[in-house]
Order: sequence, then C-alpha cells, then structure tokens
Amino acid sequence: MAVEVLELAHGTDRLVLIGIQRRGVELAERIARLIEQDEGVVVPRGALDITLYRDDLETVGPKPVIGETRIPGDLGGKHVVIVDDVLYTGRTVRAALDELADFGRPERISLCVLVDRGGRELPIQPDVVGTKVKVGDGERVDVLVEELDGRDEVDLVSGK
Amino acid sequence: MTAALGKDLVGLERLSPDQIRLILDTAEPFKEVSERPIKKVPALRGKTIVNLFFEASTRTRISFEFAEKRLSADTVNVAASGSAVQKGETLVDTARNLEAMRIDMVVIRHPSSGAAAFLGDRIRSNVVNAGDGKHEHPTQALLDLLTIRDKHGKIAGLKVCLVGDVLHSRVARSNIWGLSKLGAEVGVCGPDTLMPRGIEELGVCRFRRIEEAIEWADVLNVLRLQLERMEMGFIPSVREYYRVFGVTLERLEKAPRPLTIMHPGPMNRGVEIDSRVADGPHSVILDQVTNGVAVRMAVLYLLAGGRPELADAAKRGAE
Amino acid sequence: MTRPLLLSGGRVIDPRRGFDQPADVLIQDGKIAAVKAGLGAPDGADVRDVRGHVVAPGLVDVHVHLREPGNEDVETIATGARAAAAGGFSAVCAMPNTDPVTDNQAAVGFIVRQSARAGLTRVYPIGAISVGQRGERLSEFGEMVGAGAVAVSDDGRPVVSSHLMRTALEYARTFEIPVADHCEEPTLASGGVMHEGLVSTRLGLKGIPAAAEEIMVQRDILLAELTGGHVHLCHVSTRGSVELIRRAKQQGIRVTAEVTPHHLTLTDQACETYDTHAKMSPPLREAADIAALRQGLKEGVIDCVASDHAPHAYDAKEAAFDDAPFGIIGLETAFGVVHTELVLNGGLTLPELIARMSSAPAAAFRLPGGTLQPGAVADVVVLDTTTRWSVDPATLRSKSRNTPFAGRTLTGRAALTLVGGTIVHELEAAPGR
Repeated sequence: MAVEVLELAHGTDRLVLIGIQRRGVELAERIARLIEQDEGVVVPRGALDITLYRDDLETVGPKPVIGETRIPGDLGGKHVVIVDDVLYTGRTVRAALDELADFGRPERISLCVLVDRGGRELPIQPDVVGTKVKVGDGERVDVLVEELDGRDEVDLVSGK
Repeated sequence: MTAALGKDLVGLERLSPDQIRLILDTAEPFKEVSERPIKKVPALRGKTIVNLFFEASTRTRISFEFAEKRLSADTVNVAASGSAVQKGETLVDTARNLEAMRIDMVVIRHPSSGAAAFLGDRIRSNVVNAGDGKHEHPTQALLDLLTIRDKHGKIAGLKVCLVGDVLHSRVARSNIWGLSKLGAEVGVCGPDTLMPRGIEELGVCRFRRIEEAIEWADVLNVLRLQLERMEMGFIPSVREYYRVFGVTLERLEKAPRPLTIMHPGPMNRGVEIDSRVADGPHSVILDQVTNGVAVRMAVLYLLAGGRPELADAAKRGAE
Repeated sequence: MTRPLLLSGGRVIDPRRGFDQPADVLIQDGKIAAVKAGLGAPDGADVRDVRGHVVAPGLVDVHVHLREPGNEDVETIATGARAAAAGGFSAVCAMPNTDPVTDNQAAVGFIVRQSARAGLTRVYPIGAISVGQRGERLSEFGEMVGAGAVAVSDDGRPVVSSHLMRTALEYARTFEIPVADHCEEPTLASGGVMHEGLVSTRLGLKGIPAAAEEIMVQRDILLAELTGGHVHLCHVSTRGSVELIRRAKQQGIRVTAEVTPHHLTLTDQACETYDTHAKMSPPLREAADIAALRQGLKEGVIDCVASDHAPHAYDAKEAAFDDAPFGIIGLETAFGVVHTELVLNGGLTLPELIARMSSAPAAAFRLPGGTLQPGAVADVVVLDTTTRWSVDPATLRSKSRNTPFAGRTLTGRAALTLVGGTIVHELEAAPGR
C-alpha cells in the first residue's frame, strides 16, 4: 500500500498523510514509516477527528469522545492522502473532506483504506485499497491494530 | 438511560463527578478548534440558540456567542431589562414565546436565583444557566476547573481558596460544588459580612485572614467585589478592604509555595487584587477566558447531542 | 323560627369546660339548648346521627386575608367565608391589608355588611393600627371598634416604630382589644425571601434570620409589660420566639401568640426546588423550630393555630422565587394538616387541638363562640376525624390555589359547620339524615 501511495503522489515531495481517528491514524503512521524506510524521507502526517463534522450529531451517543485533530502545517499545494481502516457508507470520508477544506486548499486529496466493505451511500471511491471484502448487512468489519488493540487483525463480526 | 448531561445545565450541584469530567475532557479538543485558521465546526449547524440576558454581562455573553458561532449554531441575543416589566411576568411569558418559536437551546442569565431551573422546567428546549442570581454559574466554574487542571495536571488533592464576597457569588457556589466533587480541598476567605450562613457545612475550610489562606492554598480564586456592597454596608471602605483582604504581591511573596492566581473577572485592580499579581507570572486569568469558550462549546455540544437510542442504532449500522 | 337541630350520638368535646364524652347536642333558636347523653328530639327537630364523629365548638381563625376590597379576583369575603366554612371555621378575623386599607369605620362596616350578606362563616374585621398601614399615625380605634372591629394590626408589615407600638398598646386598652403584630425587624429581613440557613446558602437566596423575628417579639413583650396592653404575636415561627413568649407568660405579661399549620409541619427544605408555594412570611424554618413550636402549642405557650390564609392569583406564584409574593391559602387544609401531623403522628391530643383552634383563639380575641355551654351561640363543627382525603387544589372553595399541600393525603375534615345554628357547610358524604 505504501508503494501505491507513493505512485499515486508521484513521490514524497508534496505528500501529506492524514489518518482518520482512531485506527486510520495508526495506519497512516505505519505507511509513513514504511516510506521512511524505503525512501529515507520523513513524510508529514496528521490526524483528523471528524466527530464535529458528522451529519448525525444526535446519534453521537451519551459519551461522545472527540479525538485529537492535528494538521501538519499549511495544506495549500499539497497532495493529501486520507487514510482510514474501513470504507463503508462514505459518510466519514465526506465529513473528512469538509473538515480538510476548513484547513486549507490542498492541490489534490486521495483516499487510502485498508478494507473496502462496499455499501456506499455517497459517491466516494478509494484510490488505494488493501483488500475488498463482501460483507452482509448485519455484519461488521473490525480492524484491530497492535498500537491500540494489542494485535493486528481484521475480523468479520456477524450479528449486532 | 439519560443523555450525557440531561436536558439542562442548571448547576454543578446536580452533576456527578463523571459528568463534570466528561465536560472537561470534551473541552480539550474544542481548545484546538479555536486555534484553527477557520475557527468553526459544523457540529450544531441548523440549531437555534437564544442568549437570553436579563442582566448586563459582556464577557459571559460574548464567550457563549463565540462558542455558539464556532459550533455553527444560529444565535439570537435577547437583552431583556428587568426594570420595565415585572421580572417574573417577563420570564414566564418569555419562556412561552421561545417555546412557540421552536428554538433548540436557551442560554439564560437572570438576577433571580432559580430562574434557570424555572425556565428549564417549563420548556422543552435545552437550558444553559449563564448565572442565576446568587445561585450558580456552572460554566464559569467549569472553565475554572479546566484552567486549574491545565496548570496543575490534576484537581484532586489541590487546595483552592475562594477569596472575597462569597455571600453574593454564584461563581463561588458553583466552584465549591465542582472542586469538591473532583476531590479538591476548598477554602473560603473574607470578612464574615460577606460569608453566607452555614458555609462550613458545605465542607469548606473557613479563613478570616488572607495571610492564613495564602499559607494554606495552592490556588487562589479571587472573587470580584461588587462596589455597591460598600454602599450596602457590608464593608466600610474599598481602601480598608484592600488593606485587609487584598491579594498583594507582598502577601504572596510570603507564601510557602507559588500560588496560581485566578479571577472570574471583571477585575477591580487595587480593590481585591494587586495589578502586579493579576499580570504576574502565576496569574492564569487570561487562560480562564480562553478556556471559557472551549468549555461552553463542550457544554452546548453535549446538551445538543447524546440521544443514546439513536446512537445504538447508528452503531449497529455504520463503521 | 328555625327548626331545632339535634346532633345525636357524637363524641362531644368542649375544651373550655373540660367536657369530652358521648352526648347529644340540641340547638334551638341559634343557641346551644342542651348538651347531654340521651336527649330526646323535640317535635319537628332535624336529627343528625353523628355517631363516630366529633362535635366541637366551631373553629376560629384569627388571621386570614380575604382580599376584599381591592383584589376580588383572588378572593372575596364571600368566597373566603365559604372556604372557611368548608374548613370547619365558624368565625375568622380578616386582616386589614386590603386596598384601600381597612383603617376607618366605613371600611370596617363594609366588611361587616359583606359578611352578613354572605351569611356563611362570621367574618370579623381587624382594623389597621396606623392610617394606611404606613406606620405613622394611629387609626381611629374607637370608631372602628364601634363599627365591628375586634382587634387592630398592621399585618403584612411590622410596626417598625416602637413609639407607635407603645401608643397602640396603650390606646387599645380603652377598647379591650388586642394589638396583633407581624414580628419582623425590617432592616434584618430586608430583601430576604426564605429562612437564613444552609438551604438559603445553597440556593443562593437571601435569608431572613430568626433574630429578625425574635428582636420584635421581645420588643413587643417589653412594650406589653410597659403598657399593660394585650399584644398578640402573629404567626410565630422560631424556637427563640417560643422561649421568649414562655418567659413573658411566666411573668404574667399580657401576650398571646398564634402559629400556622405550615410552620408546624414544613421546613425550609420545602424551598429546595424553588417552589414558590414554600415562600411565606415569616419563612419556613428548621426542624428544631417545628419541635419547639409544637411543644409551645401543646403547653399553651402558643395559644392558637391560625391559617394566615393568603390567596394569590394563579400566575403570581408562577415566577422566579425572588419575584413571587409571600403566602399561601390555608383555611380548607388547616384542621386536616394539624390533625394528621400533630394529633395522629405527634404529641397533641384531639381536645388540645380543638382548644387551640376554637376556645383559645375565641378567648384571645374576645369573640363569641368557642364553647358548647348551653346558652352560648350555636357555632358548632362536626369533625370527621377518620376519613382520609387528598388535597386537590381544583376542588377548593377558595378562589385561589396557592397551597403547598396539594396532593397530600390528610385525615380529618369538617363534616358539618354551623354558624348561629344554621348549617353553612355540609360535606357531601355527611353523616346521615
């Protein structure tokens, strides 16, 4: 995936990786580290919490946890790659695009996800995909990362 | 199950320690929003908030207004003076009118204690108390708590002393509840004429001499002395008050440890606080103002959101 | 000539004579004709079987506000008298803080006439101590008494000037009427809306300290001693006041005192939710005050229970606590509240309660009634002391609804109220005819 990201961005010159809270942040971090190993270049990376940009505030729940948003410098003229774990309805990405727009005007924004489970409700497609899975309506895809969950795993969870 | 804070924020006496911590934790990310190039998020887009101020207040109203605008809410300011019409009638009628206009939230400041609860009991919209009489001013105490936590990294175990006119202070009452719920030790210091009856029974230490309070405390929250108190005979003169209770540099230099200095504003320099202290290295008075916007954003956000039944449904579907 | 009426088989309690036994009470020509077990009914008599009930002298309330003239939208003499009758009262004394103030013979005469027109519970006027209740110049006590006033008071406002209080006590001696004072030192009470204590501190409401009342209680006692006049202390609310009155009575000073049902049963904690129905003057105090007031009432240090019935428009109390008026209605709940809380759950006996609500107040204000002595005026109440009922403000006869006892279940209420031998109130499920 790191290679694909590099190809997409034509190198590291203007590349900025932005992970979506929470697991997207860890994935962005890993991609950045891989690029660093291969190319010897430190890629600027950031984190984005889209809670405040959701279109469903009332469903946020009784104890909404808002994560950190950290944008590395001015995004003007940059190629921003949004990184997230699972792409489903596309609403999170929609919110992330809105939020990024409030931070500046990148030259280009791409989307990189580990798992595309289908089921889009908005016209949003990823540029880089780790894997595609076919998932039923009642099922859920859980991505676990070592940094947060103690192990790396993609689970297909059925039922509620 | 109820929402995070319930329908209204009337005071800290009614909140649990967990609810207070949730507000403070939620305020953290909102601090960052105010640092963005575009200081605005769409979280409360389409919500209508009325700022209903029956009492003049510049800084609280502006702070709320910034918080609302940075959350993209639509806001209307209503400044109702209590003098023209009888206050009580205005409040009931105003409540009914607001209800009829289908607004989502009311931020109310009123000279009568209990006015926020009164309004909250009568309308379906969320009500945020921005100060009711001498009762509570919860968002001020929350921003004080956040500022203390920023500065000291904790609240539990700290000794915080409220200095001055506790009798007439809603800020003092909210602070006493908030600090004690989060495990701080609370002191009060001032002349007996400015202390309410039975204050010790709320679990606070009582100091009659400012020197003793300074020796005891980690944090001094210096309350504003309303100058009209002097005319009402609670203190003989401003000069004497400053001499006996003023928080001066000379007094602070004798403290066994550096004290964090807070003030809810607006300050009377040279009355309750020495300018050199207010502007000194241990003053966090401007941090309080900054935190005020973040805390109010957190409160509005938490009151507007949090319908758990929908949250569960959403979780089942999405992500 | 009206039909004779026989109340048959009840428990007859006449505190003034120490009478408490099953007996029949015969009423003829508006007077008590006989009280005796096994009385036969005269020809054509209306016979009421009141077995299981208590027959007592009609209750007397020396402190009510009937708002007429001036605020007939919240109460009138007729509606107040109807509420009083339903509460078992055969006589009430109306305070003069009307609009205009009842401070002259014409105003007093108006109340007497309105009372006669209503033909229900007797309404005795109390005249103002000072013209316009302004606390400056004495009103014409002589002319007011001539027109029917039974006492003088500036109630609602304390008599601030000690000189005025002294002259009132001295001047009232000529007419043998009590001077009733609302004891509150105004500079201490200024701006206060509830009892000063922990609850007021927490709620951020300005308190009225107990000392504000006690200073004036002691002043009035000293002036009564100085003048030999009769001072009546309205709605005593603190334990300190009870102690001051106890000592004064031991010294033989002419002081009488009243306490309200709410001060006997509610504390400042009722203000907790900013419920404006808990806002009254004097304010609701603490549990220790309730205990002292109950003890004082039992001993007779406090002579009587008075309702301080104070109607307000339905929306006046719908306000922030600071902005709402003081006072609650009480005529229809007074007996039930005190009977439930003090007799059934407390240390007062039923004959003691009846004494404090009939013979004692009648004696304090020198009113007819308050006894079942043959030959006395037939002001009588039949009390159902066992039936539980729930206070529903919508069913009250008063024009106003401002009661803190809404929804309370009480035991005991008037089944039958007689004024001068005429039935002025009869409970629907009254004892059978």
